[in-house]
Amino acid sequence: MSKPRVGVFVCHCGSNIGSIVDVPAVAAFATGLDNVVYAQEHKYMCSDPGQEMIRDAIKEHQLNRVVVASCSPLMHEPTFRKTCDEAGLNGYLFQMANLREQVSWVTEDKAAATEKAKVVVRAAVQRVADHTELHTTTKPCTPATLVIGGGVAGIEAALQLASSDTKVHLVEREPSIGGAMAKFDKTFPTLDCAACILTPKMVQAYTHPNITVHAYSEVVDLSGYVGNFQAKIHHKASYVNNEKCTGCGACLQKCPVKRVPHEWEQNLMNRRAIYTPFAQAVPNKPVIDAQHCTMLLKGKCGICAKVCEAGAIEYDQAPEGTYETIDIGNVIVATGMKTFDPTPMKALGYGRIPDVYTALEFERMCHASGPTEGHVVKKTNGVLTHGGAAPKAVALVHCVGSRDKNYNEHCSRVCCMYSLKYAHLIKEHVPGCEVYDFYIDMRCAGKGYEEFYNRLLREDVRFIRGKVAEVNNWAIYPEEEGRLVVRVEDTLVGTTRRIPVDMVVLATGLEPAEGAKALAQTLHMSCSNDGFYLERHPKLAPVSTATEGIFVAGCCQSPKDIPDSVAQGAAAAAQAIAMIKRGTVEIEPTTAHVLEELCSGCQICIPLCPYDAISRDEERRLAVIEPAKCKGCGTCVGACPSSALQQWGFDDKQIYAEIDGILANA
Amino acid sequence: MTSYAYYPGCSAKATGASYEESLMAVARVLGIELEEIDDWNCCGATAYFSVREKLAMAISARNLALAETQGKDIVAPCSACYLGLAKANKYLKEFPETREIVCGALKAAGLEYNGTVEVKHAVEIFVQEPMLSQVKAAVKHPLTGLRVAGYVGCQMVRPYGFDDAEYPVALDTITTALGATPVPYPMAARCCGGSQIMTNEEVALRMSKNVLLAAEKAGADCIITTCPLCHMNLDMFQAKVNAHFGTNFSIPVLYFTQLMGMAFEASGLGIEKNLVGPSAGLAAHM
Amino acid sequence: MASFEPRIVAFLCNWCSYTGADLAGTSRKKYNANVVAIRVMCSGRVDPEFVFRAFEKGADGVLICGCHPGDCHYIDGNHKTAGRYPMVRNMLEQFGIDPKRFRLEWVSASEGDRYAQVVNETIETVRALGPLEWPKRLNESDTASPA
Repeated sequence: MSKPRVGVFVCHCGSNIGSIVDVPAVAAFATGLDNVVYAQEHKYMCSDPGQEMIRDAIKEHQLNRVVVASCSPLMHEPTFRKTCDEAGLNGYLFQMANLREQVSWVTEDKAAATEKAKVVVRAAVQRVADHTELHTTTKPCTPATLVIGGGVAGIEAALQLASSDTKVHLVEREPSIGGAMAKFDKTFPTLDCAACILTPKMVQAYTHPNITVHAYSEVVDLSGYVGNFQAKIHHKASYVNNEKCTGCGACLQKCPVKRVPHEWEQNLMNRRAIYTPFAQAVPNKPVIDAQHCTMLLKGKCGICAKVCEAGAIEYDQAPEGTYETIDIGNVIVATGMKTFDPTPMKALGYGRIPDVYTALEFERMCHASGPTEGHVVKKTNGVLTHGGAAPKAVALVHCVGSRDKNYNEHCSRVCCMYSLKYAHLIKEHVPGCEVYDFYIDMRCAGKGYEEFYNRLLREDVRFIRGKVAEVNNWAIYPEEEGRLVVRVEDTLVGTTRRIPVDMVVLATGLEPAEGAKALAQTLHMSCSNDGFYLERHPKLAPVSTATEGIFVAGCCQSPKDIPDSVAQGAAAAAQAIAMIKRGTVEIEPTTAHVLEELCSGCQICIPLCPYDAISRDEERRLAVIEPAKCKGCGTCVGACPSSALQQWGFDDKQIYAEIDGILANA
Repeated sequence: MTSYAYYPGCSAKATGASYEESLMAVARVLGIELEEIDDWNCCGATAYFSVREKLAMAISARNLALAETQGKDIVAPCSACYLGLAKANKYLKEFPETREIVCGALKAAGLEYNGTVEVKHAVEIFVQEPMLSQVKAAVKHPLTGLRVAGYVGCQMVRPYGFDDAEYPVALDTITTALGATPVPYPMAARCCGGSQIMTNEEVALRMSKNVLLAAEKAGADCIITTCPLCHMNLDMFQAKVNAHFGTNFSIPVLYFTQLMGMAFEASGLGIEKNLVGPSAGLAAHM
Repeated sequence: MASFEPRIVAFLCNWCSYTGADLAGTSRKKYNANVVAIRVMCSGRVDPEFVFRAFEKGADGVLICGCHPGDCHYIDGNHKTAGRYPMVRNMLEQFGIDPKRFRLEWVSASEGDRYAQVVNETIETVRALGPLEWPKRLNESDTASPA
């Protein structure tokens, strides 16, 4: 290439950079650097006029290299690459210098910040001189999407995708789709019946010709790259042939193993060894729990097979299940959440004292198909049945496991609202029952939410502002005999109180789902500090992730209510559809390549590649890289003893130049 | 032979004398050497830490420094002493500025603190293996059928301690090892009122009353304690609780070492010094 | 010695530590200006030659940051970095460079606070060791003492 003619463009970014870094001084400094033929400053380089200025300068001064000293490359590298392309200069003959996130925003001393800015610019100028033209490769995008998680967010995403004629694979690890919402009785603030509004969508998803529901299955591997992923799905052994099963339910009634704790019902009821999680399960096909089935454990019984007229029971299915690999263009992760287990909070008595419930347990109690057929009652001899005694007073305790440095610092967003919902349901189910709601704040920020709170104020609920210190069952005063006692500081009245109640419902917070971390590692996704999945940008890109082609939706990204989960599901679907409609994806060219004349065939690089992109040409005794498989990590390049492996855009010469540029006046 | 530096604390030489007597008797049976720290000083207990924290730490640290010259871990029978010494030990290890100030003070007395000794409560040295097995082996008279409410109060388990802060099990473990029956009751780790018995008597009497009430409801034949102040509140002031609240408690309150001594058939336990006489259940074993 | 401002070169991986460093910026966490970062796609790209080159050209300290083990965007690039690290430390020692000048840390994309803390700690450690001035030392006698 001809001698480098570098243009340096230094941005004020309003006052973000300009108020700390002396931008004119940096621009002047740049003018004095080797190869720099033009340097200019601007208030907002990424704006239209800013970009126009760059394009004009490229043409006017015959620039063949460009450095923009502004924000992070993670912010605007693509923007300025495009600017260069539009001016006829290859976008890879460009380097950014990060003067904002890593200089002006983190340095207090203005003089030090300006000096550092100069160093960073010099390094970028020296590096860019060694840049070469690179071109993205265009690859076709497989017109199919994998949606992991069949809750309301996943279902919404699947339906939107399907209606755009995109093929959808919806993978759900439970025997039925529906997620957490299927467990709810009513939903706030409208008090719609959750099943009534959800089941039509569940059925629609299951029967849609463009959607394949893989129930009782998990994604165990994801390989490939955006537009061209391969996902390995593990179909767990259900011992029931879903094609033959008609969902008649005869097996469910005849199975002799009746006392298996039913996890879906929060272990408040028992199920059989062959079961569906709930009556409106979709698909409505039972699964056999191999840990409890007498036939599978001991080879005796077989009653379900005998009563099955469709001959759908298959005890001889492989216990490890089966595996299927599918091709998709992108992935939407909608794996939901789990609720906080309050057992470690000993002062609240959960697990030690009867009639202290988690939110989901109470939800099931209110539900007509739950352990008490919808009656709000206390346990009888430690068991919850519909014949139990009605409580005279119920306590609702906010912020259990949320807003708590000992457990989870975050606010779980939905608990204030569902506590209000429970207050209403208790008043409805048990007329005359006292309801005490112990809150720290009332967070009712959604549409119709504050109005719902006002309604509860008028329904005679006793709101007490105070964090509950203790729930115990030992009486000191006569009115407490045989009841539970809530000890709390009533901060509005200014005194501590002992309030006798018969039942306590803990507003247990939301946490990342079981297995979330393991799935993140399988998909190479990052988690934020609280364990939820990390979005690309908290404000502007809440449903995409750092990995191209992988999106998130719903509570797996952060705690939220149903409307927001649905909105995110649709948003993620829109992004996936956009990619598929374009039909192609651009693959970054920053892959590794072999300088054959330097390669000695030592084979050090081959086992280092996580994607098996390097192989050995036995005839010529050289390393060979398959560009389609290479993701551009550079690990092989860092290991090559002959420097025969180089990475486009990150080769040794460029990085040495950057190092030298940083230390030039050391 | 297991050997410790023994820190008695002020109460063990006065109102809590029978705690020290029974502790020594039990230690003799089990072959534990408790070498009293020479020239030990008052730990300051809860009161002083609340008033002059750094100074309280310095005088606590003096005892730690003295134990260091003995080269043995400290055993303290009183929960307040235990917490004061343990807290000083922990703070000096974690906060270099405090350590510097305190070591400066110690230096003036020709002493050094190097953080080499640990502080243990008297319960701790019996409840952990291998000593627990030796306790079981030393039992000559199993206290079968005796219903015991183990009372640890606060300072032995909060904020530090070797047992659960809300539902401790150490005393129940020892009770079972002696052949007796631990009685679960909700006040095992609740405050007796502590030194409020002197400054705010009404409050402390009420708190002690709640402990006695819970133990009585649970059907305990006796309460065992791990602190001279708890013992004083529950035993010496039991009559006053009755007078103030119109209750009728008559629950004997023993030091846990006295119970151990009973099972070992040791003498010199000082049980006659307890104000509340033995209940029927307890008398059966005496 | 109190006025010595060390020069530290940091190699940050794009997906975790560079993003974490940016997060320190968006959170306005302050740290000293002595560290300049070089972005690579993966910490596995960091050739030991880069470390030696940095010292050779006048750096007083070198920092490599990558993803926490198990979280590498490229599966296990950071494992390779962890494997190279003891070798590079040994070599630096043999060259007479105090290995405390060279540090490997795992910083995730959401650990802005941690990045600022690591940077500040590294700067103070290197400040206490004093300037390395390797180019100058190379020109002096063979029996230069360890720096």
